[in-house]
Amino acid sequence: MEHSLEPAHLEVKNLQVGYNGHTALADVTFTVPAGGLVAVVGPNGAGKSTLFKALVGLLPRRGGSVLIHRQPAGLTLYCVAYVPQREEVDWRFPVTVMDVVMMGRYGRIPWFRRPSKEDVQACQLGLDKMGIGHLARRSIGDLSGGQQQRVFLARALAQQPHILLLDEPFTGVDAATQEATLNLLEDLHHQGVTVIVSTHDLNMAATRFEQVLLLNRRVLAFGTPAEVFTPEHIHEAFSGQVLNIGGVMVVDQCCPPAEGGGEAL
Amino acid sequence: MNWLLDPLQYAFMQRGLLAALMVGVLCSVVGSYVVLRSMAFLGDALAHAVLPGIAIAYLLGGNLTVGALAAALVVALGIGFFSRQGSIKEDTAIGILFAAALALGVALISTIRTYAVDLSHILFGNVLGVSSSDLWITGILGMVTLLVVVVFYRQFLVVSFDPVLAATLRLRVGLLRNLMLILLGWTVVVSIQTVGVGLAAAMLVTPAAAAYLLTRRLPAMMAVSALIGAFSSLTGLYISYYANIVSGSAVVLVATLVFLLAFLFAPRRGLITQAWQRRQPRPASPSANA
Repeated sequence: MEHSLEPAHLEVKNLQVGYNGHTALADVTFTVPAGGLVAVVGPNGAGKSTLFKALVGLLPRRGGSVLIHRQPAGLTLYCVAYVPQREEVDWRFPVTVMDVVMMGRYGRIPWFRRPSKEDVQACQLGLDKMGIGHLARRSIGDLSGGQQQRVFLARALAQQPHILLLDEPFTGVDAATQEATLNLLEDLHHQGVTVIVSTHDLNMAATRFEQVLLLNRRVLAFGTPAEVFTPEHIHEAFSGQVLNIGGVMVVDQCCPPAEGGGEAL
Repeated sequence: MNWLLDPLQYAFMQRGLLAALMVGVLCSVVGSYVVLRSMAFLGDALAHAVLPGIAIAYLLGGNLTVGALAAALVVALGIGFFSRQGSIKEDTAIGILFAAALALGVALISTIRTYAVDLSHILFGNVLGVSSSDLWITGILGMVTLLVVVVFYRQFLVVSFDPVLAATLRLRVGLLRNLMLILLGWTVVVSIQTVGVGLAAAMLVTPAAAAYLLTRRLPAMMAVSALIGAFSSLTGLYISYYANIVSGSAVVLVATLVFLLAFLFAPRRGLITQAWQRRQPRPASPSANA
């Protein structure tokens, strides 16, 4: 059980999340079938990060339920891995790349035991898959932004999750890392891991994902890219923020809405 | 070698050296987390906040260390309580409680007749007045603290580096934070005996900051920090003996000197090291692979 990548069925019903007295997400309902590959898109402040944090229990839920394997989230251990945005940790911390990846295994290692051969192998495998196996002994402070992102992804792989949540993995990284990330997601998808990714890149969401969740404080649309990316939905979600340049959709991110911005926590 | 052994013929000097050594090691190890989690201000606040506890214990004729411990725990948990409500930030909560406790402490001490002498011992430490019961308390608290740091090594590491991961791994983040505060609280208390309220924060921060510059991994940082702490304590005490200056100041000044050397000459990170490396002609580097 522990090591089989059993596909997970994720069911979110009427999820409500709020903090500091205002509602960030209301009445969010969707079901991701086992092994789905889902992009979460929406304007700045739509609550994408909030949704992920509520799914892993980092933010308290005000109402609704999250079911994984048809059981309330929290009963099934190890099964969700969350890759936060890179800025959320201090990269000057005195740890090596291997140390960070090994943290993904800490839930399985009792305090009195050293990491087993299996733990080390799982970490090395994750690093190799992300193409940074040679950096295992480096300090994390020496890495570039793309490499930092890959360390986080390697750690998520070492967790051997059933559901993988990635918050904006394509923002501020180089093209090579973007492509490596996409390849990894497709790889995991073929292994039956459920993958949910938030992104600003609508074209990537439309071309590389099976399903799209269009979010703006509530679910505006959920389905295949063709079903979701209709002019009406896009206008409803982004209003003036989206430019259609010769059939290519571009989100204008230069001017986030004044009253939004509650997304970053 | 006589100058090294001479001071040891006095029992008070033996006890003082032993106490300074234990406190130096203890502070430096706990201090590693203080530096990494940016809790320097909190450490300083805790040190000052134990003042009313010491004063009340003194007025009641109880054990000063026990009084200080109780006050440290109350203040540490109080800061956690105020900042968790979310209506004020943690550093604001620290600032308020720290000043309030300091004011209360000085008010209480000012009612004592030998006010000036007692206050200077509390503020700057009196390592040569360490009793054997103080030594026992320091030793036991030190052992317990080091044990907790070893047993909870992975939990503390994850909570400090990436609290988000800690939560997804279902670690008890709140509990671990409180445990760290308690460790910090009693480390501050035992260090007050040697360096006093005014300088306790320095022993937490300075050796660990120097070790941070010299090492690349947390276990090594803790070990090097402990070495610097022990070295500063012993050297400081000898300087205090021969130059006849306050022991706490001597210890902290030695630690500061070590820090300055590390800041300037640390391999890779030192100010002068980097400047020197920049002047060396660099070999043609292969194009940076992302």
